[in-house]
Amino acid sequence: MERTTIDLWVGVFVAAGAAALFGLALKVGNFNSATLGETYSVTGAFENVGSLKPRAPVKSAGVVVGRVDNIKFDPESYEALVTVKVDKRYPFPKDTFANIYTAGLLGEQYIGLEAGGDDKMLQDGDKFSKTQDAVVLEKMIGQFLYSKASESGDDKSNDIKEAE
Amino acid sequence: MFSAVASVLSGIGHRVIDSLWRFGASIRFFFYVLIYSGESFRRLHLTIREIYFTGVLSLIIILVSAFFVGMVLALQGYNTLQRYGSSEAIGVLVALSLVRELGPVVTALLFAGRAGTAITAEIGLMRATEQLSAMEMMAVSPVARVVAPRFWAGVFSMPLLAALFSMVGVLGGYLVAVPLIGVDAGAFWSQMQASVDFREDIVNGVIKSVVFGVACTMIALFEGFDAPPTAEGVSRATTRTVVNSSLAVLGLDFVMTSFMIVA
Repeated sequence: MERTTIDLWVGVFVAAGAAALFGLALKVGNFNSATLGETYSVTGAFENVGSLKPRAPVKSAGVVVGRVDNIKFDPESYEALVTVKVDKRYPFPKDTFANIYTAGLLGEQYIGLEAGGDDKMLQDGDKFSKTQDAVVLEKMIGQFLYSKASESGDDKSNDIKEAE
Repeated sequence: MFSAVASVLSGIGHRVIDSLWRFGASIRFFFYVLIYSGESFRRLHLTIREIYFTGVLSLIIILVSAFFVGMVLALQGYNTLQRYGSSEAIGVLVALSLVRELGPVVTALLFAGRAGTAITAEIGLMRATEQLSAMEMMAVSPVARVVAPRFWAGVFSMPLLAALFSMVGVLGGYLVAVPLIGVDAGAFWSQMQASVDFREDIVNGVIKSVVFGVACTMIALFEGFDAPPTAEGVSRATTRTVVNSSLAVLGLDFVMTSFMIVA
């Protein structure tokens, strides 16, 4: 095998390997969406974050506008402090509503921002004034069962009264 | 009775000492290779030649296997996922299993079979035909001239081969999932991108494949260098290369995965 041919093939191999790595990073992984550019961070206190994880998307109207930076537990208020990084291109009003939603029935959790009507915009280091916790499925089922049970209990007492 | 027990025990002891000695020798050999590897960078064409033999010539088997592995993953994954009504998660399943596990591991196993055996047989025959001794006579270190370029070529080729494996496997999975089964293409890619993390999954896969590259190439080189200079010795060394590399890859994979998943 001639040396130039070997060099050519090795060059092709290395280029293809590097291209595959880039392809994995960009097409398969979330490398491109991980870099948001200039961001500002806003903190929100939640009573329950469910299974929200760092790097989860922050969406507004279904569009990714930022990512969850970190989640800490506040031992004084017994709440979870979630810091999100929002792209500088998207300013939000001061009274923006931060909700924890679930994508699909069992999908990953993300933070949804609903813009308020305030004239002032959120600045770096601000706090969300209005937050809504993650829906915990067990709690919801528990409440549902409880309300059903009390309903049927009422029905029974009505039945008894009618019988009397 | 007593002598029978003693001979069994001494047989065990002999094997343990022998394998420990070989293990120690292989570690010393590893450091020799590192010390003498300056040559393989100064005369880069030696290393490039070996990249051709270990990397480029392994491409066909790696790519074809990757394609089929990806397609089978998609078929099997779809079969299970559709029972839970989440067949769109097929992209996540294919990509994560390829990038985290199958890419590095299957590439390393194929590499051990395709390139590792070639390295062992070549170096074993060089020793048997006294080419290595001839080099020493000419004051050319065989470790620097023969072993180190092959080592670096293997270490360099493995991550590239593993990345190609994962990429082609994902393409194979895409071809089965989207045109054949009819999963939505947008859901396939977007769920994949939402769940595959660059640092946690892709970089960890590359780290794994580099470690496998070091292990496989080193085992192949040591077995070849250490082979008895006979036809039987070389054939046994080649067998040991495949067996030991496969075991090393699977064992190292478990250890690294347990660290990566917990951390």
